[in-house]
Amino acid sequence: MNAPGSRRGLPAGLSARWVRLRLGAAERKARLPDVQGWAADAWRRAPRWGQWLARLAVVVLAVLAPANAIGQIMAPASDWKTILFYPIGVYVLLGVGLNVVVGQAGMLDLGYVAFFAIGAYTMAVLGIDAHLNFWIILPGGIVLAAISGLILGAPTLRLRGDYLAIVTLGFGEIIQITATNVSFTGGPQGMAGIPHPPSIDHIGFLSYGVLDPRPYYYLVLALIIVVIVVARRLERSRVGRAWAAIREDEDAAELMGVPTFRFKLWAFVIGASIAGAAGVLFSAKTIAITPDDFPLLLSILVLSAVVLGGAGNLPGVVVGAFVVAWLPERFRGLANYRVLIFGLTLIVMMIFRPDGLFPARRRRSSLRAGRTAASAPVAAVNLTEAETEAP
Amino acid sequence: MLHQFLTLFWPSTVDGLTVGAIYALVALGYTLVYGVLQLINFAHSEVFMVGTFASLFTLHALGVTSALTGLALVGVLVVCALAGMTGSAVTAVILEAVAYRPLRRRTTSRLAALITAIGASFSLQEIFALRYGRDIQTFPRVMQKTVLFHVGSGTVRSDKVLVVATALAMMVILDTFVSRTRLGRGIRATAQDPRTAVLMGVNIDRVIVATFILGGLAAGVAATLYGTFYEVTQYNIGFLIGLKAFTAAVLGGIGNLRGALLGGFSLGLIENYGASLFGAEWMNVVAFVVLVAVLLFRPTGILGEQLARARA
Repeated sequence: MNAPGSRRGLPAGLSARWVRLRLGAAERKARLPDVQGWAADAWRRAPRWGQWLARLAVVVLAVLAPANAIGQIMAPASDWKTILFYPIGVYVLLGVGLNVVVGQAGMLDLGYVAFFAIGAYTMAVLGIDAHLNFWIILPGGIVLAAISGLILGAPTLRLRGDYLAIVTLGFGEIIQITATNVSFTGGPQGMAGIPHPPSIDHIGFLSYGVLDPRPYYYLVLALIIVVIVVARRLERSRVGRAWAAIREDEDAAELMGVPTFRFKLWAFVIGASIAGAAGVLFSAKTIAITPDDFPLLLSILVLSAVVLGGAGNLPGVVVGAFVVAWLPERFRGLANYRVLIFGLTLIVMMIFRPDGLFPARRRRSSLRAGRTAASAPVAAVNLTEAETEAP
Repeated sequence: MLHQFLTLFWPSTVDGLTVGAIYALVALGYTLVYGVLQLINFAHSEVFMVGTFASLFTLHALGVTSALTGLALVGVLVVCALAGMTGSAVTAVILEAVAYRPLRRRTTSRLAALITAIGASFSLQEIFALRYGRDIQTFPRVMQKTVLFHVGSGTVRSDKVLVVATALAMMVILDTFVSRTRLGRGIRATAQDPRTAVLMGVNIDRVIVATFILGGLAAGVAATLYGTFYEVTQYNIGFLIGLKAFTAAVLGGIGNLRGALLGGFSLGLIENYGASLFGAEWMNVVAFVVLVAVLLFRPTGILGEQLARARA
């Protein structure tokens, strides 16, 4: 009998290997031109200053995003500046955080919204009852979310795959129900009168009021940039390589001396703290929160964003989160049909680009290996090539 | 607290078994598909939802407005169940063909399959919401809910007996099918080792479709039972039931038919005991905490995950 764990590695192979076995190499559909591969190559070949220029251009674009002219095109039916903060900005932040857990370490987390809720309620409780300042609460919310991640992760991260998924899902539900039932979170009515971050008067983009959503957008943008830089550094460090090893084959990683449990816990805690930060920010902007702001649906949407963009690939995840947040707003004119359109988009996207809009490079390389030849040695060679290419 | 638990013990037991039977039937769909494809069929909750609508429309079509008795009742229930089963099974097959098969044909991660399942779930819900509205729809009362007998302080009503008995019968039929028939052997073989199963001449596509159909049939029966017991449905009714059923499947050991049965009844009982101990608002928290606790000690559920080994 096979050990329970031994089939774990195969599910993708369930489609891959034996279908290939059966169908031969035939009827493989023509693929779209490899635009991303071209872009990735161009990026790698570009000089240092060129890369920095490109990064700068993206940041400038993001800073200019709240302009009315852009809003006219992007979201004619909603208030573009408002949706830039929520859902778009917050989803991107959550997406980048969840990407650490799902995309990099390969753990399926369906209860990510729980940490977001913990951050939001930290801001609400400490802001309203303890009259603390946003900038003091922000690290507090991050730490609290991280501790929750530790508490949830320590006993459960020994579980694998779908078991972890259901446990995290359960955790998300537990947090939401607890927020509904406990009195210090205001119960089902939630909490109102959450203070804004302290303003610095006379400076437009630092005065956090009720009317102008732009200062909050810049705040979330700054946070996104910081988080992306940190995530990028982590990805290219020893930690990132350990995560990749765990994602690809946990047993092999363990055998190679990677302390898998500790690194999984790290991924979980880092993901949780990013969601906590997002929660604090969200809460400071919206004034009032209720448990209904943190449904399971939000976890699912953020997960879709990560997978849609290309799990493990940061730029992809950012684009994916943007699309998932923006698409329903864009089609607000079609009010009734927007969720249907969203659902169908998910299906169609996954059928045509199963690894996301922009597959992660490591995954793409194994994909390419699968296309050229089915034999394992070739795949292995390609993978190592990709590894050495990585800066 | 304890006093409340003791006074409510028997009513909780009766209610727990009833709702547990419905969980168990829906859990079968998750467990079968997981056993064969190692895939959480996230859209299975919508398979259940379509079943409730199918049996509701059948009741309308038959012109049932008041409670029936005798043969008429049996006939209506059977027709309803058949309609529910057809609706659910057809939905499951369409789901497999549209959302899962194209993915299976190429190299994909299971995450991709999960996302198409989520997309399919949204789409199905919205199609029903747009077509039939977002309000709760009520079932006409089909059967008299008479009290048959008492167990302690718990009252056993006729509809509860119907739910549990039908669910058990359906379980036995499915279990026999999987362990005794040729197609069932194919399902078990695929669950054990898909590659070898193909080499041994198992038609994998047919096995997978059969798995979805079986899950759909069970969900259809569950939907009809749900309709007669709770007498409501709504476009998003599948969500909570699906969540509970999936939890039940994991609790019992996903991929394991007996596990689904055990998990369903256990979850129903745990929920209701939890509700009587801590209050109804903590019901789901208790359920999930117990799930986590069980998984800590038995990481693959109470019975473990072995569809292949489930024998009659």
